Amino acid sequence: MKQFQNLNARSLQEAVDLARQAGTRGQVSAFSGGGTDLLQQVKDGTDPADVLINLRTVEGEDQVTEVAGGIRVGGQITLTELASNEQIRRDYPVLAEAAAVVGTPQIRNVGTLAGNVTQRPWCWYYRNGFNCYKAGGDRCYSVVGENQLHAIFGGGPSYIVHPSDLAPALVALGARFNVIGPEGERSLNADQFFQLPARNPRYENTLARDELLASVVLPTPRPGVVSAYHKVMDRAAWTHAVVSAAAVLELRDGVCNDAVIVLGGVAPIPWPATEAQEVLRGRPVTAELARQAGEVAVSAAQPLSRNAYKVPMTSAVIERLVLALADGQTAV
Amino acid sequence: MSDPSEKGKIPGPDSAVELSRRDFLRNTGATVAATTVAPAVLGAAGARAQDAPPATGTDIQLTVNGVSHRLTVQDHWTLVELLRDHLQLTGTKIGCNRSECGACTVLVDGQPMYSCSQLAVWMDGRQVTTVEGLVQDGQLSPLQQAFVDHNGAQCGFCTPGQLMTATALLNSNPSPDAAAVKSALVGNICRCSNYNAIVEAVVDAGRRNGGAA
Repeated sequence: MKQFQNLNARSLQEAVDLARQAGTRGQVSAFSGGGTDLLQQVKDGTDPADVLINLRTVEGEDQVTEVAGGIRVGGQITLTELASNEQIRRDYPVLAEAAAVVGTPQIRNVGTLAGNVTQRPWCWYYRNGFNCYKAGGDRCYSVVGENQLHAIFGGGPSYIVHPSDLAPALVALGARFNVIGPEGERSLNADQFFQLPARNPRYENTLARDELLASVVLPTPRPGVVSAYHKVMDRAAWTHAVVSAAAVLELRDGVCNDAVIVLGGVAPIPWPATEAQEVLRGRPVTAELARQAGEVAVSAAQPLSRNAYKVPMTSAVIERLVLALADGQTAV
Repeated sequence: MSDPSEKGKIPGPDSAVELSRRDFLRNTGATVAATTVAPAVLGAAGARAQDAPPATGTDIQLTVNGVSHRLTVQDHWTLVELLRDHLQLTGTKIGCNRSECGACTVLVDGQPMYSCSQLAVWMDGRQVTTVEGLVQDGQLSPLQQAFVDHNGAQCGFCTPGQLMTATALLNSNPSPDAAAVKSALVGNICRCSNYNAIVEAVVDAGRRNGGAA
């Protein structure tokens, strides 16, 4: 591996200050949580970092704490802890389930919430050194290329899919994203945090280069709320979602009072299935309603030359997820 | 691709780049290095990686198999490089060197991690266990003995990583069933595809001693 400098941050504020200082010295810095993916990108040369800012030396940012109206989850919590934390499993199962299907145990033991949400896309052109939009270039090679795993919603000019499993779960739960930078902390909703390539073709979120995702705040679930995450992969483990869905439903006496469904693997950002939500709201959950929800969810899909298979797959994932939640209705 | 007219024509201001399906597959194989990608499409990042600032050394203390070490490590050394090249613990193998195969798995504070994808400098104050640390008083651990008895190793290259991940499993779940073993070992690939024997060995190790590995 090429040579670089590691700087151990003692606080998140120090970390972002170190990033800004590196920038003023003309260096490229990168924040490291678990470091697994970052080190592959440094080895490959797809991340040009010459300063790594180590966040593992920051204490206390990996905790789940009670705050007014919900819980705050520190960005440095590991995926293993998220998947096994009793409070997360009880109140926010969609998040625990999403964390449990990321990568492998070895990756989850070091990988963090913040790192999973802000990881770069896994498009094979970007990851193999093509000078595409994601690398700062001026084209998306998937458009007329190998686009089996690319977007069917929200694409253009880049057609990557957002790689995070946690992101759809967090958006479905109505999380707020607390971002820290050299000027202090700010709090964003999902639609302010994630951005489509039409707005910024290079970066998947609105973080400045010297900002990082500090924590998320999840609202306390209302009575009757159930949630789950389904992930379709082309093998049983250690890969990203071909299609995934995070669903948070408020069910009472078999009626779906509220529904939030957010898709992964199909768009450059976590993609709200708004048409499916509208179909479900206020209606008794039946097999036919679940089928309709899946069907309307893809009415605006725009598949590329090789990924039309994702369209019926998306419908099926939503249908099965809604039925599974209705069948196993266990209100929190 | 059956129709030659499907060949990708990618227009751009600097150069027209054509990529056939064959070119693409050749250039993006699972372990391909960025240097094999056609120069016309290489990003600036690919070239940058060749430039290197001066090496930076950092003093750390870590414990490996119960032995405390105070060392000066280069910041860009991975943990597996420290173990193999500087502590002469060559039991841990480098397979893919990119967190895909699991051959390099060691325990850090009891948890399996890919030592190819952890920096040595991040191990300050941590407890590392490698395959060399499984033998106690000259005796193979029950898990190692079960691997011998069930022919858990074929070529043997993945075995140290399999043993470390399975050791962590047995420490948290002393008598796992086959499903639990398969779930725990998804991050360790065996290129000989000797999975059935590996799973039998781990299940049997749990059954035999009914306790810690």
